Amino acid sequence: MSTSARYWRGIPQRYRLEANKCKKCGQTSFPPRLVCPACGSREFEATKLPQTGTLLTYTVIRVAPSQFVDEAPYAVGVVELDGGTRITSQITDCSLDAIRIGQKMKVEFRRIRAEGLSGIICYGYKCAPVAVQ
Amino acid sequence: MRDVAIIGVGMNKWGELWEKSMRDIYVEAALLAIEDAGVDHIDSMYVGCMTSGLFVGQEHLGSLMADYLNVTPIPATRIESACASGGVALRHGFIEVGSGMSDIVLVGGVEKMCDVGGGEATYALSTAADQEYECYQGVTFPGLYALMAHRHMHLHGTTQEQLAHVAVKNHDHGSMNPLAQYPFKVTLEQVLSSVMIADPLRILDCSPITDGAAAAILCPLEMAKKFTKKPVVQIIGSGQATDTIALHTREDMSWLGATARAAEVAYKMAGVGPDDLDLVEAHDCFTIAEICVIEALGLVDRGQGGKAAESGLTALGGKIPVNVSGGLKAKGHPVGATGVAQVVEMVEQLRGEVGERQVEGARVGLTQTMGGTGGSTAVHIFRRV
Repeated sequence: MSTSARYWRGIPQRYRLEANKCKKCGQTSFPPRLVCPACGSREFEATKLPQTGTLLTYTVIRVAPSQFVDEAPYAVGVVELDGGTRITSQITDCSLDAIRIGQKMKVEFRRIRAEGLSGIICYGYKCAPVAVQ
Repeated sequence: MRDVAIIGVGMNKWGELWEKSMRDIYVEAALLAIEDAGVDHIDSMYVGCMTSGLFVGQEHLGSLMADYLNVTPIPATRIESACASGGVALRHGFIEVGSGMSDIVLVGGVEKMCDVGGGEATYALSTAADQEYECYQGVTFPGLYALMAHRHMHLHGTTQEQLAHVAVKNHDHGSMNPLAQYPFKVTLEQVLSSVMIADPLRILDCSPITDGAAAAILCPLEMAKKFTKKPVVQIIGSGQATDTIALHTREDMSWLGATARAAEVAYKMAGVGPDDLDLVEAHDCFTIAEICVIEALGLVDRGQGGKAAESGLTALGGKIPVNVSGGLKAKGHPVGATGVAQVVEMVEQLRGEVGERQVEGARVGLTQTMGGTGGSTAVHIFRRV
């Protein structure tokens, strides 16, 4: 199902949050796109997403797809990063009962899954609540 | 465009059909539709199917189904638009007959889902979402609709009880449909105490894994009376639209923009509005989905969908009955067949043939089916001639 090429193609986004920004209208696209969804322009410059944001919605996955069965239950949410770009991400480093819409979040680099004995160990971003002072 | 009629429909009992192959399920439904229509041949065929490759390792359904229905060498085309495949297949049949390219077109839909285990089925269905930026994170389809549900609850105050009322209503309806996979009632308490799948969605908020097929025969309206003595049902509106593949890119994650757009186009073509509808078959793959769909169709105001099932508005006997067939929830959801099965229910309702779940005096109805989290949608409007 997953090949190493398919995995390494995604590394700039999954490891480093690399996005692109439209030179015409300033819209940030993650992952980078060839056509700006806001204005149709095809001229972009490289950018990186900010690593803090706000939780817009979440769920707790209790019945997982085959590759994630050992992880369940785990939380997944949509985080709007500062600047407005959104990502779907697992929510980590907190009790499943403590997750609230509107929470401040930070992006962390984590292991996503291991693909069996001889497979690639897949890394990427997860989001954790920012501790309230 | 020529006016287009549906002159025959067919569907068999849905469920876990261990003893039947995908091709046999499809051919049975197709033969029922052909018999119902009274035609002696078909000119072309569309087969709606989401992912037979992942469920049974079989692609190339145009050839397979034409072969086993014994209609080769007619053109036969498989249509894929995730869970909207059946609805989009209908649209292509409508266009082909309307254009004058063919006179008699069979539109079928099929999915054989029970040959794989639960984890594999969950994976197969998840391929309708963004593989790289949603599924990589371990999100499932119930999970994505749960994200929509929490957003809807946050923005509009929708409650778990209101979600549960959708399941109770659709099982009430489904209890009157002998072809449904789960033709029995459930109580509010049963829904609210059923096992959690992806918070806030419980197992009884989810449509099931189903084997099933459905079929319909389309022809020019002016030819319809040559074939059938039954009341003729005309397709008076068709709309199809897309939205972003990933849920998180949509400005309002609890609003189905593609469904609203497809409905707008279909209403305009049909010359009717939401108030003219006698019944609706909507894509209730999860309870929250029906709530969002009835808002996008304009049956209720935006944000007010949660109250509809609770108040009885969308129940049989209510102002606008939704999913009198039992919906995906009780009837089952063999994904590629769902959009066509909605048409089967609609045609039989508009002919007045369904018995105790009949919407009295039904003349105009709408079907809506969508793929993924609403990234594609097909809406059709029908009228008894």
